[in-house]
Amino acid sequence: MKSPVKNFSMSNHGLNRRKFIQGVGATGALILTANWSWAEQAEEKKYGGDSQPGGVKHDPRIFIAIHEDGRVDITCARVEMGQGIRTSLALVVADEMEADWEQCRVIQAPGDRVIYGNQNTDGSRSMRHWFSPMRRCGATARAMLEQAAADQWQVAVSEVVAANHAVSHAKTGRSLAYGALAGTMESVSVPDSATVKLKDENDHRYIGREQTLSADGMDIVSGSATYGADVRFDNMVYAVIARPPCLGSRAESWDDSETLKVPGVIRVMAIKSAAIPTAFSPLGGVAVVAENTWAAMRGRDALKVKWSSSPNDGYESGAYRKVMEEAALKPARVLREQGDLDKAFAEADKKHQASYYLPHIAHATMEPPVATALLKGNFLEAWTPTQAPQEARSTMAAHVGMAEDKTRLNITLLGGGFGRKSKPDFLCEAAEIAVAMPGRAVRVQWTREDDLAHDYFHTVSVEYLAASFDQQGKTTGWLHRSVAPSIMTVFMESEYQADWESNMGHNNTPFAVPNQRIENATAQAHTRIGWFRSVSNIPRAFAVQSFVNELAQQSGRDHLEFYLELLAEDRVIDPLDVNDVWNHGENPELYPIDTGRLRRVIQKAAKKAGWGKKLPAGRGLGLAVHYSFVSYVAAVLEVEVAAGGRLVVHNATMAVDCGPQINPDRIRAQMEGSCVMGIGLALSGEISFRDGRAVQSNFDGYQIPRMPQAPRSLSVHLVDPGKEVELGGVGEPGLPPIAPALCNAIHAATGKRIRALPIGDQLA
Amino acid sequence: MTSLTVNGKTIDISAPDDMPLLWALRDLLGYTGTKFGCGIGLCGSCTIHLDGNPVRSCQTPVSAASGRKITTIEGIGSDPVGDAVQKSWVAEGVPQCGYCQAGQVMSATALLKSNPTPDDEAIDNYMSGNLCRCGTYNRIRTAILTASASLKEDPA
Ligand code: FES
Ligand code: FES
Repeated sequence: MKSPVKNFSMSNHGLNRRKFIQGVGATGALILTANWSWAEQAEEKKYGGDSQPGGVKHDPRIFIAIHEDGRVDITCARVEMGQGIRTSLALVVADEMEADWEQCRVIQAPGDRVIYGNQNTDGSRSMRHWFSPMRRCGATARAMLEQAAADQWQVAVSEVVAANHAVSHAKTGRSLAYGALAGTMESVSVPDSATVKLKDENDHRYIGREQTLSADGMDIVSGSATYGADVRFDNMVYAVIARPPCLGSRAESWDDSETLKVPGVIRVMAIKSAAIPTAFSPLGGVAVVAENTWAAMRGRDALKVKWSSSPNDGYESGAYRKVMEEAALKPARVLREQGDLDKAFAEADKKHQASYYLPHIAHATMEPPVATALLKGNFLEAWTPTQAPQEARSTMAAHVGMAEDKTRLNITLLGGGFGRKSKPDFLCEAAEIAVAMPGRAVRVQWTREDDLAHDYFHTVSVEYLAASFDQQGKTTGWLHRSVAPSIMTVFMESEYQADWESNMGHNNTPFAVPNQRIENATAQAHTRIGWFRSVSNIPRAFAVQSFVNELAQQSGRDHLEFYLELLAEDRVIDPLDVNDVWNHGENPELYPIDTGRLRRVIQKAAKKAGWGKKLPAGRGLGLAVHYSFVSYVAAVLEVEVAAGGRLVVHNATMAVDCGPQINPDRIRAQMEGSCVMGIGLALSGEISFRDGRAVQSNFDGYQIPRMPQAPRSLSVHLVDPGKEVELGGVGEPGLPPIAPALCNAIHAATGKRIRALPIGDQLA
Repeated sequence: MTSLTVNGKTIDISAPDDMPLLWALRDLLGYTGTKFGCGIGLCGSCTIHLDGNPVRSCQTPVSAASGRKITTIEGIGSDPVGDAVQKSWVAEGVPQCGYCQAGQVMSATALLKSNPTPDDEAIDNYMSGNLCRCGTYNRIRTAILTASASLKEDPA
């Protein structure tokens, strides 16, 4: 068996000898140094990175290797799915250790909680949890390089300075490049991280600087980057799987006589079916294994499977929408109560109410799910694009009944994640087949049809809102009732939403309305529901930001002015005051909602977009703003609705306050991408269900935006928080405000109110 | 036996005539830069050049490619236009996840070869067959204009 032709996690083999830190991520060898505590214990309740399984690490021996030729390998333990984390974390290390970016290379860590700390890449928190540890890591390496040079020159370490990939001694004019020091690093002890001095912010060359760096850019555009399906072995086999069309059904019997006649087909085998709730286990079905992907696909086409009936056979999304809309009109479980809403409604001068519907949507990562696994003796090695390296590894091991330490999981680049690749069902499939075919690497390839039929879909939802005004036009009452199957249904029976779902823009709407009630009605899941980029914030922001626009119109007010009145004076909201017991798992004292920051982003976006300017007929401006993942994002869209309902987004203006900006270029990129994705989900994002099956099967039915749908011009403005705050996320929070800003703009342009997505032909 | 010429190299493969070139390139020959996104000609991830023209390799049977000049993302950099496109892609920070970008680069190169100074509308029209789920379209437009400008300064 040959090594993979291309796999960046193994690409160090055969290169010149590496000194200093052993680079566990690069070699895969478990090299642990004695007298060194991996676990950082703390007595009090943990927050941030420390609260995550495996915690955080900052020892440079885990993350940095220096080669004699001067090249520096920086291991990235979080995964890359387009957010730029391989670049952003590595540039933090490089900056603090005074390494030259051009001489750095990023190595991807395999899934290993003990060595690397928490690797699960979700919740827009990689930078929040890892910025400080990676700074300390780089700074510690710099201190060690200085010590090594000082030792060699027999001078005091205080006399030497590391800068730009070399250590120099000003008094004697001597200088040693990092590569020249590599050989002596092993004798230098790792200093106590508390004594290591971080660089002054003004001296940063990469952190916070406006420049475009990329660890993988050139590899990507020249076709040499390694994604999930690009790991290759001699003697490899390729599988596609026929999966049950509805959740809960299984293969009762099958006829593979035609399949086995397809040239290249090797075997047909059953895949275990998981019981509901499935969690991350595969759906089961029948696998066709062949000499190449095409033969496997042809073989599956020829396969005849009899599927059992399932409790979800009858799922019809149109009918279920009605069930949810009815539930939304009835009192439900109260999550938060403030003042006396009934009295406010009874005494109201005017009331307004509306329901908003969002359908299921599919992640449709450009790279469909894929995994490769190889059983050699009693050791299982696998390669896959997963967001959750550690979770995926333990789930895989359990699925095939192996001890985790008899497995290794290598992480490739992800061709998109958006939450889909947090679930390792596809990896388990590959492992299951690999165990049945020892010695042969097995790749399971999902087609686009598989991906859209068997996603962990974004939930379907109805958000009902009602508000009251007094005679002066002040908003006196606010009722928000949410109906949506919970993601928890994937793991357990659950009719209500979890705390963390309620705290994504439902419980914690930051309006200064005296009487409020937040309610959650029951809902049932009929398919697998999962995290989709920004999760429950999508329906909440759509509903709340559309409703505020409706209220402004009802009271004849300018939307921006009305919104700012709802926010009232700048204040910091204690999460516990709004029943936000989750708060992203963070310290409520460090991460409250700051309405001043909301105000500033919306004012910034409005100003840059020319809010209030005169527009030609058929054009309109719409705004929305939303807090999520510890960041504040506002969007103003300028649209034109032309004859026949054709929509053009002329300008999109976004403003984001994500706290300290580590890699501004990637912050902008995430906002831009979120904007385009948000426009797409508003225009055409829908997976509907008939007879328990997803109706849309490829990009003809499930349309994601193409270039002409992207805004003609798109600008992102980074807003300085103006005070010391913690790091916010950027991967997800750009998405929620886009759909409501778009629909508010459509209303401004045409008077047409969109309360159900997708927009589809509603403008025709 | 079918004989394919990929990036100037001629290789014999044994594949059924109707196997899409995409799978022959990826599975049989190891040119994994060309990506699978939909398999039905709707996403452009699998774009290659056949005798210089952009085609969807998932829709091109190997039999139709035999005897013709195939250029993949691994080979496009030796073309001066392809090289300019790759460089401007990196300079503008176009890629996010990057999965679609091989196809984008192949389409953009073909665009600039047929129309060295495209305007926004020409770009949108030409590139509308290439999906990007990460939504990098605005930077793609900019990068095409940058590549076009750099080629004008320093003609291929
Ligand atoms: S894979 Fe060929 S166009 Fe999508
Ligand atoms: S960069 Fe991710 S799909 Fe285009």
